[in-house]
Amino acid sequence: MKKQLKLTRRRFITLSVLGAGGMCLLSRCANPPLSPWRFVTEQESKLLDALVEQIIPTDEWPGGRDAGVTNFIDMQLTGPYARYQESYRKGLAAIEETCKTKFQKRFEELPFEEQTQFLKTMEAGKMEGKLWEKGFDRQFFRLIRDHSMQGFYGSPRHGGNKNNVSYKMMRLDYPVIIGQNRYNN
Amino acid sequence: MGNKHVNAIVVGAGAGGGIVAKELSVAGLSVVLFERGGWATYDDTDTDELKSQRTTVLGNAYGPDDQRYKRVVVNNDGSANIVLPSEGGYNNNAACVGSGTVSYGAMAWRFMQEDFKLKTTYGPIEGSTLDDWPITYEDLEPCYEKAEWEIGVAGDATQNPFGAPRNKPYPMPPFSHNKEAKLLYDAAKRLGYHPFPIPMLRNSVPYGGRPACIRMRTCCGFACPVNAKCGTHNTVIPIAIESGNCELRINSVVSEILVNEQGKITGVTYFDEKNRKQTQTADIVVVSGSATETARLLLNSKSKFFPKGIGNENDWVGHNLQGHAYTGAYGIFEDEVYDDLGPGASVAISDFNHHNPGIMGGGVLCNEFIRMPYSFTGIRPPGSASWGKEHKAFQRLNFKRVAQAVGPYQEIPNFEARVEVDPTVKDFWGIPVARLSGTRHEKDIEGCRLMSEKAELWLKEAGAVQTWQSVGGGKGISGGQHQAGTCRMGNDPKTSVTDKYGRIHAVPNLFVADGSLNVNNGGFNPALTIMALGFRVGGYIASEWSKGNRFK
Repeated sequence: MKKQLKLTRRRFITLSVLGAGGMCLLSRCANPPLSPWRFVTEQESKLLDALVEQIIPTDEWPGGRDAGVTNFIDMQLTGPYARYQESYRKGLAAIEETCKTKFQKRFEELPFEEQTQFLKTMEAGKMEGKLWEKGFDRQFFRLIRDHSMQGFYGSPRHGGNKNNVSYKMMRLDYPVIIGQNRYNN
Repeated sequence: MGNKHVNAIVVGAGAGGGIVAKELSVAGLSVVLFERGGWATYDDTDTDELKSQRTTVLGNAYGPDDQRYKRVVVNNDGSANIVLPSEGGYNNNAACVGSGTVSYGAMAWRFMQEDFKLKTTYGPIEGSTLDDWPITYEDLEPCYEKAEWEIGVAGDATQNPFGAPRNKPYPMPPFSHNKEAKLLYDAAKRLGYHPFPIPMLRNSVPYGGRPACIRMRTCCGFACPVNAKCGTHNTVIPIAIESGNCELRINSVVSEILVNEQGKITGVTYFDEKNRKQTQTADIVVVSGSATETARLLLNSKSKFFPKGIGNENDWVGHNLQGHAYTGAYGIFEDEVYDDLGPGASVAISDFNHHNPGIMGGGVLCNEFIRMPYSFTGIRPPGSASWGKEHKAFQRLNFKRVAQAVGPYQEIPNFEARVEVDPTVKDFWGIPVARLSGTRHEKDIEGCRLMSEKAELWLKEAGAVQTWQSVGGGKGISGGQHQAGTCRMGNDPKTSVTDKYGRIHAVPNLFVADGSLNVNNGGFNPALTIMALGFRVGGYIASEWSKGNRFK
């Protein structure tokens, strides 16, 4: 009885490994190259990089892009923020579409100041056209703003605030047990 | 196999229920203490701001979870939507052993004598169900004392001339002030106010077999890594379990109070940790689920004897929901006022708690707990950028220069602010969810303005070079961690839900022991009052039981 169980388990493990390996090989063949992202597309990630860099720009300290805020948002969109997946897909496409019509360029190709102006229009709820109806401009702007702040100023364990950059910038030691202040990731 | 009949069921292992379970089990009654959550420890939750009790954007580390729980919130325009526990509108407390007492800021306030006599003190107020309590401060004083000594409070009552009279000092000396609190302490003295150290349910010295506080920044909103914060999870609940008479049943969701063919309460039904529907019978049931969940359970317990829910003959269950309107001001100082000595709040003034011309009540004003990096991103003077270079520079330059003076303004009870059960929306277990509606009393904003003005003056005197007010008390539902009032106690069954011992009118063996009982919510954080009420209700049941009363 015991022997049989052991054999079964070993066979099961062997099969699972083969299975997983097989899947991995297959997916590599099907969509090369593998995306480092969980939810967003490669193109969306470039747009998000530009957006989060607008919310928290690089100055003497790294900005949203280098702090991994895009990674934070991507990670949360397959976790607690799964409910915002649709908003992101729709909102990112709307920004892309608007920029193409208005400037014949991608958002991330615009000069920094023009990007800022674009987001200020969104923030004020003054975007025109069907894509932005019912206050979606304002709403999507707030989502990006709040999520960027969370990614930059929240714990690195969630995928942003790379190397504790915001904590270092604010001169705050983490973790916070007095006498044991140190950074560890 | 069925569950063994016990003497008492306590629903909810929070500030009220944990104490009742201990009072009853130590007195010899057999008890089952139900808790819908599990144990929440520091190791599980850490210092992660985005999952803390104050910022739940990535979930509630102290429960409940977004997957199984929801509520319906009715907006001011009459529209309604489903809200998850991690969203602000849910008005969450916590779902774990100890409930809010694991992660709270742990301020340990006694209400004032006037708080028990608001109607006598201020007269009737239009549009309010303002009333006196059926008990006085003096009736509750011995229970406050028990809470202070059995759970553990650090403070110095002699420094607060407005505090209610007391028989015994606090068991532990007060905490020292950090840099910001010292500035505010001196400023209050110069203004002729009466600053004093905030009483805290936190060990300033070793107490109760647990060590002294290590002054961490991450305290309010987090569990304590060294167990220096005093809650029911590390004081009375372990005592109850050690008595051998109390079984703590975690991850168990009570769905209904059972009524037999004679109309008597016989126990509860609940879903166990494997989501199996179970029955537990008992001689007595005590509900301590917090103002929202206690009302929901009573309203969900419908039968031919109680067609509108238990205790709801006169339609008072769930009404008069109130939390606190937080109101105050911010100040930016030229020099840094931040020295990283946590948890931050330590100085208070009670000079504007009652007897303010033109407004009802008032509240205590305190320096605030240390703000976390993400929550600070929302703290800016009016008109400031909420993103971009300027916002980032402010974060860097001013995080250690900003102080806040703020307090809980005592809201005017409003009958229309209420908890119902939703007719269609159900939770994971199929139990109808709570539906929150109504708003604060329209006059609350006036009191909040006055408090914010006082807070701003205080910050200016302390040296703030730029100040701005954050005025609370606007429209919307007020519940949250301070939720109270939905099963208020009273002498008249037509205008209250329980008698002065927390017993549901006309039901001999069903009690409530949590903030639901509060007739009003004081100008203070209500935790110690909820604990005192736990001692009152639990003590009453235990003493009657020892005299042979079986509450039949």
